Amino acid sequence: MNAAILPAPGPAALAVERADWLLDAAFGQRLNPMRHLGALGFLFFWVCCASGIWIYVGFDTSATGARESLAAMDRGEWPLGALARALHRYSADAMVAVTALHLLRELSRRHYAAFRRFAWLTGLAALALLYAAGIGGYWLPWDQLGQWSLTATTEWLDALPVFDGALTRNVIDGDQVSDRFFSLLIFLHIGLPLALLAGMWLHVQRVSPARTHPPGPLAWGSAAMLLALSLAKPLSLMPPADLGLLPARIPLDWFYLFPHPAMAWLGPGGLWVAVAAFFVALAALPYATRVPRAPAARVNLDNCNGCARCFADCPYDAVVMVPRTDARSHPRQASVDPMLCAGCGICTGACPSSTPFRRGEALVTGIDMPQAAIGGLRARLESQAAALEGGPRIVVFGCRWGTPVAGLADRSTASIEFLCAAMAPPSFVEYALRAGADGVVVAACREGDCEFRTGGEILAARLSAGRQPALRASVPRERVRLVHAGRTDLPALRAELDSLRAALSRLGPRAAEHPRLPKRQETRHG
Amino acid sequence: MNAVLRYGLQVVLYGAFAATLGYFSTSPAFEPLPAGHALIRLSLNHAGQRKVACRTRTAEELAKLAPNMRAAEDCPRERAPVLVKVELNGRTVADISATPAGLSRDGASVAYRRIPVQAGTYRIRVALADDAAGTFDRVREEEMRLEPGRVLVIDFEPGKGGIVLR
Repeated sequence: MNAAILPAPGPAALAVERADWLLDAAFGQRLNPMRHLGALGFLFFWVCCASGIWIYVGFDTSATGARESLAAMDRGEWPLGALARALHRYSADAMVAVTALHLLRELSRRHYAAFRRFAWLTGLAALALLYAAGIGGYWLPWDQLGQWSLTATTEWLDALPVFDGALTRNVIDGDQVSDRFFSLLIFLHIGLPLALLAGMWLHVQRVSPARTHPPGPLAWGSAAMLLALSLAKPLSLMPPADLGLLPARIPLDWFYLFPHPAMAWLGPGGLWVAVAAFFVALAALPYATRVPRAPAARVNLDNCNGCARCFADCPYDAVVMVPRTDARSHPRQASVDPMLCAGCGICTGACPSSTPFRRGEALVTGIDMPQAAIGGLRARLESQAAALEGGPRIVVFGCRWGTPVAGLADRSTASIEFLCAAMAPPSFVEYALRAGADGVVVAACREGDCEFRTGGEILAARLSAGRQPALRASVPRERVRLVHAGRTDLPALRAELDSLRAALSRLGPRAAEHPRLPKRQETRHG
Repeated sequence: MNAVLRYGLQVVLYGAFAATLGYFSTSPAFEPLPAGHALIRLSLNHAGQRKVACRTRTAEELAKLAPNMRAAEDCPRERAPVLVKVELNGRTVADISATPAGLSRDGASVAYRRIPVQAGTYRIRVALADDAAGTFDRVREEEMRLEPGRVLVIDFEPGKGGIVLR
């Protein structure tokens, strides 16, 4: 495998992986919230929407009545009104928190270039919309906080030559803002969240399946956390807006309103420069940094029967099924969009033609990776398995993004690295056992932490026969271990290896149970 | 790690997240003005006078124009910028020239300034010029006490007597 052309995990990604240990210990790898930040963002968005709709039903939409209607909710005159208000606020804050963590995490893993560029750029647009939608929510109670935030926002916008002071007049002119202007603010707080939802929808368009729902236990835990916080710390309103007064101290929601203090320090123009620099720098990352694009998967029509397993398994919708272009009788064939392809090889692992038991001298599959062809991997497996000596002989299939398995190789242990652990067809496990191994370890990334999103889940499903191509029932499961181990988990993987070796010693050699590999001849599959 | 410890740790981590949300949703408080300060907002939306006064066309000039273009007066569109000076106890705190809006500079002049000041009693003098010569012929001078946190708006409303202190 030509690994040099693929980006390696950087120090920031490794630091994040090390920092995950606490949450891994508490929640388990699969439920670690840091691996579901995007989905948690969706959850908090829906909580915010539901609570917002309930508040809106009891809300007075006039400038003079808005605050009093919310005060009535706080007094319990609108059922669950105070709770809905607190849920609305805290879910919105939580959405900012998980979105910021999501951005930092993806940034640390350099997930912004090549096939991820679309998601990165749409994510930045969604972030801008999140703030636009969220800040507008603080104006609607029309208390002193809302008045101050609205004035600060219009002052910021007025720094643009196109407005030049005209917007702020809407807020400070006369004794009170007009109901007409206030209605506009309400429409903004409805329209901008809808635009945000559209942005979130766009953000997940090039992943398949999109993870927009966190796992059940995590969703319930997060909802319970929000509920407990809302009950423990209900919201309170500031005095009614008074255009002739500025409060001495404002209880600021720093998740959303930090740009206002920033403007006090930087000035409106300085804040524009800071905001523009932030977004331009992040938007330029996919273009300005050299994250190489991995070679895309290639379809070999002679070995593609149009079964669509690669289409079903591709995490980035890079594989589509199209009408057949050759003379074969299958109605469809796979086609790869190189711009969307991540170069993970999960499609190769899905292809039934990737089985190493095919008798052809050269193993050519229906969809293959130029940088790590399946035929070459079979040849490597055969030669390394044949060279194994001594005690229980083990073959380790590893992932380029997980634990570096090359460090495990010794006279009784062979290691084969794939682009993604899910690139290894389950038949490779059986093949390794027939080729002389007594046991096989498949080392994937930590659960839920697959570099290519779904590789770990797909691999686990294939090995447990829950997904095609499945590991055959005749393969002794006691000789096969699936281990989830990150880049920094070599000691844990080594411990698993020792554990399997001890178990295999009790089971005895595999060769005594099953005949060796059959001889090869030229055939065509499909 | 056993289940009890794991669930306990989960509760602690959920609690830490909730505490972070709860704290930063209202704290630390922000002081929009330094202690003991008031704020003057100068907000203006006023169209200056025409830069060049209208003149009556001669009969000869009218005859040269197409029949549908024979307006008796020739009025160039461009307006003069609006000049505003604000003085507190004789010290100038704002000196603005607000350019008329529009490609032809024929729209209203809009200006906004935020002027924080120490609370106290001030002799406030506001002068405004809206003609091409820059004549400060609209002046308002008043002694006012600005309490801490007070927001004084300076506006210009010809219908309410000109310069307004609100």
